[in-house]
Amino acid sequence: MTSAATDTAPPQAPASAEPPVHKPSVRKRLIPYWLLLPGILWLLVFFVLPMIYQASTSVQTGSLEEGFQVTWHFRTYWDALTEYYPQFLRSLLYAGTATALCLLLGYPLAYLIAFKAGRWRNLLLVLVIAPFFTSFLIRTLAWKTILADGGPVVAVLNSIGFLDVTSWLGMTEGDRVLATPLAVVCGLTYNFLPFMILPLYSSLERIDTRLHEAAGDLYAHPATVFRKVTFPLSMPGVVSGTLLTFIPASGDYVNAELLGSTDTRMIGNVIQSQYLRILDYPTAAALSFILMAIVLIMVTIYIRRAGTEDLV
Amino acid sequence: MRTPLTWLRRNLVVIAGLGTLAYMILPNVVVTVFSFNNPTGRFNYAWQEFSLDAWKDPCGVADMCGSLSLSLQIALWSTLAATALGTAIAFAMVRYRFRGRSAVNSLIFLPMAMPEIVMAASLLALFLNMGIQLGFWTILIAHIMFCLSFVVAAVKARVLSMDPRLEEAARDLYAGPVQTFVRVTLPIAAPGIAAGALLSFALSFDDFIITNFNSGNTVTFPMFVWGSAQRGTPVQINVIGTAMFVIAVLVVLVGQMVGNRRKKAQPK
Repeated sequence: MTSAATDTAPPQAPASAEPPVHKPSVRKRLIPYWLLLPGILWLLVFFVLPMIYQASTSVQTGSLEEGFQVTWHFRTYWDALTEYYPQFLRSLLYAGTATALCLLLGYPLAYLIAFKAGRWRNLLLVLVIAPFFTSFLIRTLAWKTILADGGPVVAVLNSIGFLDVTSWLGMTEGDRVLATPLAVVCGLTYNFLPFMILPLYSSLERIDTRLHEAAGDLYAHPATVFRKVTFPLSMPGVVSGTLLTFIPASGDYVNAELLGSTDTRMIGNVIQSQYLRILDYPTAAALSFILMAIVLIMVTIYIRRAGTEDLV
Repeated sequence: MRTPLTWLRRNLVVIAGLGTLAYMILPNVVVTVFSFNNPTGRFNYAWQEFSLDAWKDPCGVADMCGSLSLSLQIALWSTLAATALGTAIAFAMVRYRFRGRSAVNSLIFLPMAMPEIVMAASLLALFLNMGIQLGFWTILIAHIMFCLSFVVAAVKARVLSMDPRLEEAARDLYAGPVQTFVRVTLPIAAPGIAAGALLSFALSFDDFIITNFNSGNTVTFPMFVWGSAQRGTPVQINVIGTAMFVIAVLVVLVGQMVGNRRKKAQPK
């Protein structure tokens, strides 16, 4: 970043005033920097600089009335972590469960669109993308209707004994779904499914179907073909899909707020209320940095393990 | 007894996939159905009776259509800005080798690899520390920032798959650099740029978390919906939700039809 900023420093004005006969190579070499300059500047000022400000906020002490001062008060981090570790753990648990469910639900649909849809492929893709354009808040509110107490969905789940299993797992209580962890996980899964399906689809679509035929010719059982050929080749999609699901889900507070209760508060809810209601900026900043650190560490380990470089 | 089981096993993927699709579409169906509801209380969560009132008077709720138009404006401006800035970055990244390239790459990747709330909170920290008034401009700044990376990713994918020989051919035919760019490069890159623009419009229009932190008292449409979840949701919200879904499906379908026709028109 810094080298990009310093290399763009040579003034352009004299070069364009003189005809660039003498050093066309210099002008040519500067082109990428001129292309990058506005966008990168935007990111430096409104992405990197805010991080620095937030870092400084997190080590401040004071109050809203007297003002905040940088006092290098690192204890805020420790206090925030010890006070809010249940919310951190809950966020990781909910986001992790939702990501696993997204993979489980999303893979068959991505597979269906990539290999079996035929002329329905475009329509199915539209139906996967369309929710992006409808406000996700409206759709999340619709889950309140769907999961309403005594509603048909809850009645069916109850009669097939599903709620017994989820209560045993601690995901529901009694015959309610709303205001339980299950409702929050259901909302998270729903909201981030397209982010799982699209990368899965694009990596599945690239697979040469002749490989399937070859595996079949070599007497591989369809399940073996999937395990040994399809799934390994779809790994880039699995990796980027799980990241695109897990990262935003871990910081989400909309689902926990709309579908959950005070017992299902995630770390996003805490950061939001610290910043916007309680106005305890240092704690909020520290919490947000801890979340960032946890996510970045987990993502780095995961990428190392999964062993793929091409993410985007 | 064997046949139904074998059939089930054969079509397991299809059944599971369609099940997932049903799960994804269900809320949209509910939103549509409840846009024809005539609720008795403040909340539109239980079915009462059929009514067309909300569809006849979609802007009958105070401030809702104002927030809608504000969201559209913000989405439009941030899409224009993010697409211009992002396309330039994408071209620089694909076409040139320069110092600091990997640093730039990770700078662009980071906003996508970070929980939105972290960016939202840090922007708020910046604006608070600098004493900048929250409102339209802070929302716009934030939206351009997070849309940028997605545009870069979309355009980059397209430019990477472009055949550089087409541009060489244009140059061999004595097209100037500007002419080559406008007549050859841009049309080929257009689908990628369009995809990036569409994505950033949708992201900006629907963004809640970053807007929630940096809007102050300005109410965008998602903010209006959020507020109404506490105060009581008017049926008109479902009308807007239904209309958005229908328009989105139509836009995508028409876009694909145009794309298909072009593909057919082009001899291979």
